[in-house]
Amino acid sequence: MKKITRRLALTAVAMAALGSAPSFAQNKVVLGVSIPAATHSFMAGVVFWANQAKAELEKANPGLEVIVKTASGSPEQANQLQDLLTVNKINALVVLPFESAALTKPVAQLKGKGVYVTVVDRGLTDTSAQDAYVAPNNTTFGEVPAAYIGKALGGKGNVVVLRGIASNVDNERNDAFNAGLKAFPGIKVLDAKYGNWNRDDAFKVMQDYLTRFPQIDAVWAADDDMSVGVLKAIDQAKRTDIKLVFGGAGAKGSIKTLMDGSDPRIQANVSYSPKFIYDAVKMTAEARLKGAKLPANTIIPSVLITKDTARNFYFPNSPF
Amino acid sequence: MPQEPTENTTLGHASRWLGQLQGMGPVIGLVVLCVVGTLLNSNFATLDNITNVLTRTAFIGIIAVGMCFVIVSGGIDLSVGSMAALIAGSVILAMNQLAPVLGTPVGTVVMGMALALVLGAAFGLAHGLLITKGRIEPFIVTLGTLGIFRAYLTYFSNGGAITLDNELTDVYSPVYYGSVAGIPIPVWVFLAVALLGSVILNRTTFGRYVQAIGSNEQVARYAAVDVDRVKVLTYVLLGVCVGIATLLYVPRLGSASPTTGLLWELEAIAAVIVGGTALKGGAGTITGTVVGAVLLSVISNILNLTSIISVYLNAAVQGFVIIAVAFMQRSKR
Repeated sequence: MKKITRRLALTAVAMAALGSAPSFAQNKVVLGVSIPAATHSFMAGVVFWANQAKAELEKANPGLEVIVKTASGSPEQANQLQDLLTVNKINALVVLPFESAALTKPVAQLKGKGVYVTVVDRGLTDTSAQDAYVAPNNTTFGEVPAAYIGKALGGKGNVVVLRGIASNVDNERNDAFNAGLKAFPGIKVLDAKYGNWNRDDAFKVMQDYLTRFPQIDAVWAADDDMSVGVLKAIDQAKRTDIKLVFGGAGAKGSIKTLMDGSDPRIQANVSYSPKFIYDAVKMTAEARLKGAKLPANTIIPSVLITKDTARNFYFPNSPF
Repeated sequence: MPQEPTENTTLGHASRWLGQLQGMGPVIGLVVLCVVGTLLNSNFATLDNITNVLTRTAFIGIIAVGMCFVIVSGGIDLSVGSMAALIAGSVILAMNQLAPVLGTPVGTVVMGMALALVLGAAFGLAHGLLITKGRIEPFIVTLGTLGIFRAYLTYFSNGGAITLDNELTDVYSPVYYGSVAGIPIPVWVFLAVALLGSVILNRTTFGRYVQAIGSNEQVARYAAVDVDRVKVLTYVLLGVCVGIATLLYVPRLGSASPTTGLLWELEAIAAVIVGGTALKGGAGTITGTVVGAVLLSVISNILNLTSIISVYLNAAVQGFVIIAVAFMQRSKR
C-alpha cells in the first residue's frame, strides 16, 4: 500500500516537474509561507520576520509574490495549505509545521503537485515530503549554556533547570544541556521542572526551588520569557546566592539587559532568533527565481551572545 | 430508584452527621495534603512557603469567589482567564499612556487600578445582559468572549508582551510584594473578598435570591424575584472580582502576554466545585471555594518541592486529587 502511494507520489512529482518546467523559464515565483499564529512572543517574532521578508523580497524582485498565512492549529494549517495551492496557485512553499506528524501528508500533497517545499524548524516525519529543510539548532541551544555555566561557576556548583513544554524541541535541548554538563562533574543539576515557556509558571517553579534548595549557584531558565519570572522570584526572596541566570533565544528585553549590563545575573544568552523564517523565505525565493535548489539541510547554529556581541542580536522593532 | 424518606429521628441525625462529614471533604483533603507535604519536605510548613502559596492562590481564589455566585445561580463563566489577561494588558497600556500626561506615578497607578475594576464590571455587565436579555446560554456567551478577549489582547500586544514602564513598576510592585503585619497584601485582599462574599451569599436578600434562582428558576420567578436583575448582578460581581485579581496580578511581573491567565477559568471552576458547590447551582459555600482554591495550589507546590513523581505526571496528580475530593462529597446532593 505504502509503496504504491509513494510510487504514485513520485510519478506525480516527476510529471509535475516536467509540466511546470516552462513556468520556471518565466521566473514567476508565487511563494506561500505557512506558519503558526502569534500566540506567544516567540511566534509573534516568527510572524514579524515572515512579513519583513515579504516586504523586502517583493520590493527587490518584481517577479515574486509572497503570501503569508498564519494558523492557530494543525487542521487549520492543513486547510490553508490546500487554499494556497488551489486559490493562490503557489509554486513554492515555506512551511513551519504546527505538528510534525499531522502535517506530513498535507505537505506531501503539495509537493506532489509540483510545489517546491522548504520545511522550517519542526521536521516532518517523512523527509521525502520536502525539498529542503532549514532549522535552528536545538542541540547547540542546550550545549552553549551548559558550557558557559560550567565555566562561569569554575566547574563546581548547584544548578536548577526550567524546562519548556513537553515536546521534541524541549527534550533535545535538555538532553544536550545534560550532556554538555558531563564535562563538569562538579556541577550538580538539582532538579528540572516545566515552566511552560511562560513567565507566570516560571515564577512559581522558581519560588518553590528557592524554598527547597538553600544554595543555588546558577539557573538555566532556557528561555527569555521564563528568565523574567525567575528573576522576579529571586528578587522577592531576596536571595543573593544565585550568580547567574541563563535565558535563551535572545528576546529583545533580555538582549537589552545584556547590552546595558543592567543586571549582573544576566551575563550571556544563546541565539535562537525567530529570524530563521526570514532566512528560509529569502533563501527559497532567491533560489527559485533562478530555478535553483537549496541544499537538503541547512542548520542555523545557536551561538553564544555576550555583552560585546549583543548589539548584532538586538531587533527593537520585532515583538520578540 | 427513589429512596423512601426517612422519618426516623436517629436515622435523620446519622444522615445529617454524615452530610456534615461529606461537606468536610475539601478540608480533610487539604489537611491530608499538608501532612503529606510536610513529610515529603520539611520546608513545606515554613512561613515563607505558606505565604508563597497563599499569595499565589489569591488570583484564582478571588476569581473563584465571584465564580461561586455565578455557579450557585445556575450559570457559568468560561471567559475569566481571557478577561483577566485583556484587563491586565489594557490597564498596562493605559498606565503607560497616562503616566506622562498625569505626571504622578502614584496617581497613574490609582487610575489604572480603578480602570481594572471598571473594565471588569463592564465585561461582566455585557455577559449578564447577553445571557438574560439576549437569552443566550451562559456557556455560549462566555465561550464567545473567551476567544474575543484573548484575541484582542494578542492584537494589542502584537503577539508579544505588553510591559509596564519601569518607574510605574517600582511604584506599583508593593501591591503584590508588600505585606501588612507580616501577611502579604494579596492575601489580605483575598481574605477580605472571601469574607465579603460569604456575607453577601449567606446574609443578604441578594444572596438568598441567587441560591433560589439556582435551585429553581421558575419558582423564584413566581416568588416575584427579579431573576434577570439578580443574574446580571452575579456576572457583574464576578467581573469586579476578575478586576481585583488583575490589579494584584499586574505588579507581579509588570507585564501581560497572550499566555497570561491561560486556563484560569478551569482552575476557578475547579476550585468552586472541589469546594462543594454543585455545578448545577442552588447551593454552595464561599468557605468551601476558598479551601478548594488553596487545595489546588498546594498540589502543584508539593509537586515542585519534591521530585518523587515524574514531571510528566504533574497534571495527573492534580486530576486524581480533584476526583478523590469530589468523591468524598459525592452524595451531598
